[in-house]
Amino acid sequence: MRVVIAEDLFLLRDGLVRLLEAYDFEIAAAVESGPELSRALAELRPDVAVVDVRLPPSFTDEGLQCALAARRETPGLPVLVLSQHVEQLYARELLADGSGGVGYLLKDRVFDADQFVDAVRRVAAGGTAMDPQVISQLLSRRAQDRPMGGLTPREREVIELMAQGRSNAAIAAQLHVTERAVAKHTSNIFGKLGLPPSEDDNRRVLAVLAYLDRG
Amino acid sequence: MKKIGNALLSAARGLWLAIFGLVASILLFVLTVLSIAFTLLGIGLFTTPVAVGAHRAHASLRRRQAKAWAGVEIPEPYRPLPARRPGLAGQVELCTALLKDPATWRDLLWLLVDATAGTLLAILAPVLVLYLPWGIVLALGVWEPIERAGGGLWFTFLHITDQSTAHLAAPLGLVWGVLGAFLARPLLRADFLLAKQLIAPGPATARELELARRVDRLTESRHDAVDDSAAELRRIERDLHDGAQARLVAMGMSLGTIEALIEKDPARAKQLVAAARTNSAEALAELRDLVRGIHPPVLAERGLADALRALALRMPLPVEVDVELAGRAEEPVETAAYFAVSEVLTNAAKHSGARRVWLDVHHAEGMLRISVTDNGRGGAVAPADAATRGAAARAAGSGLAGIERRIGTLDGVLAVSSPAGGPTMVTMEIPCVLR
Repeated sequence: MRVVIAEDLFLLRDGLVRLLEAYDFEIAAAVESGPELSRALAELRPDVAVVDVRLPPSFTDEGLQCALAARRETPGLPVLVLSQHVEQLYARELLADGSGGVGYLLKDRVFDADQFVDAVRRVAAGGTAMDPQVISQLLSRRAQDRPMGGLTPREREVIELMAQGRSNAAIAAQLHVTERAVAKHTSNIFGKLGLPPSEDDNRRVLAVLAYLDRG
Repeated sequence: MKKIGNALLSAARGLWLAIFGLVASILLFVLTVLSIAFTLLGIGLFTTPVAVGAHRAHASLRRRQAKAWAGVEIPEPYRPLPARRPGLAGQVELCTALLKDPATWRDLLWLLVDATAGTLLAILAPVLVLYLPWGIVLALGVWEPIERAGGGLWFTFLHITDQSTAHLAAPLGLVWGVLGAFLARPLLRADFLLAKQLIAPGPATARELELARRVDRLTESRHDAVDDSAAELRRIERDLHDGAQARLVAMGMSLGTIEALIEKDPARAKQLVAAARTNSAEALAELRDLVRGIHPPVLAERGLADALRALALRMPLPVEVDVELAGRAEEPVETAAYFAVSEVLTNAAKHSGARRVWLDVHHAEGMLRISVTDNGRGGAVAPADAATRGAAARAAGSGLAGIERRIGTLDGVLAVSSPAGGPTMVTMEIPCVLR
């Protein structure tokens, strides 16, 4: 699987390259600025791009803007955005086109290599990887606003993982339950929240986020 | 009756102003001019401060009378005097300061005007009023000895030569007296207004006083800014010291232990690695919060409008955001505005019991205008009144006072409207241009 990495700090760029190489990714390019990233995305057509939000020369959200622009050119181009901070505002912009293949994670998530690589693969496959912090912010606000349609604590755990973009199998593994049990929880959740049932992971995330957003 | 009494009182005051004003003004004018002339000889150095002091006292008396008798406010125009130093040098300094003050020369001009036009204005009403008793006295027979002594007695336009013309003096005196009574108050007021033209701060001095006030305000807000930034640095230092720094030390120690254990006890080493990772994640989380408190990342990346939108999304209660900005303000303005809104929103979420908040930000006429409205229970207190209220109000008030200080350094202002029962509306205005 071919990856383009965009990160301006040498230490972090180097770390990402080594980590992904260790998991048998092919590094198509590792760049350090916005213009280089745009060129690499257009010319190399990677299977997935791992992009830092803040890039030179402007040191604003240049990485995010490049990624969004590239996705307008090539809808569904898989992009995993990394940042020192996560903002719902940016998450919404990434998800806005509804075409999947997006991820938005704190840089800390790289510490857990297995989970991080899992997220990269999920995004490359057209799925979603949303940072737990974004999801928990959404959920906590929703919970204050009004109880979440009477979800049980277990169902809340499931919806959090679901909103992050995990598949039923991954949720089952994380919660140490069977996949059948997770499937039951998810259909309960969809029922309680009045969402159309769905099996496509990306659709599930969008449905949940759209619901959370409505408050 | 009361009206007549007031009119007579005004007339009496006019008479006093005319007589006392004439004497004092002429005397003080001569004294001051002579004294100033004598500064060349040296004596004036010692008499001028006294003379100027005396005519200032005279002018100040008139200012007080203007306020008490006719409701005419006349502010003092004098510049503050230099700190008094002993000896000749001090005297020279004092004289120079007094003579350089345009108010001194305007006062002198006023002494002249007061002795002439001022006296005329002041004396007119009392003279008219006095025609009434004079006319009656003449009619009662006093005309006769005067006529005999040489005659040529005129009662205004009436030449009195016998009893019949003297009889006419009484009604004519009444007419003059009534006219005088009617005019007494307006004329007294006119006299004070005339004085105001000269003993109130002139246009240049008014500007000077305004500037002085502005300097005071700037000095105060600069002190606040310096204090605030010192406290802020102290807080950051403490947070780093107790937080991220301590965690990195702990991580280093764990790594040392891991190095020692990795072959002897791999299971224990693995545990320590996990602990070190947790520590590094927590250190990062703390640094992230710290950075948000210093300069929010979205503000750096996107500017005020999106930073406020992102802030609104993080709030525990729904915030409706309406931001219209055609460009970016200077960085200090953006930062101050951001933290001000953040504080107000946090207040609303914590204390107001609001279900919903509206945030409105736009730029017009060189002003960044921000208003935050919530549908909570109200009763929030403006910083100025907070000291007189309860502890909760003081806490919220001190938050608002902090905002006021912070935007005050940028010439911004803050207003709070929060009737009991709500809604609460906090409005802020900061002058700035958009780029």
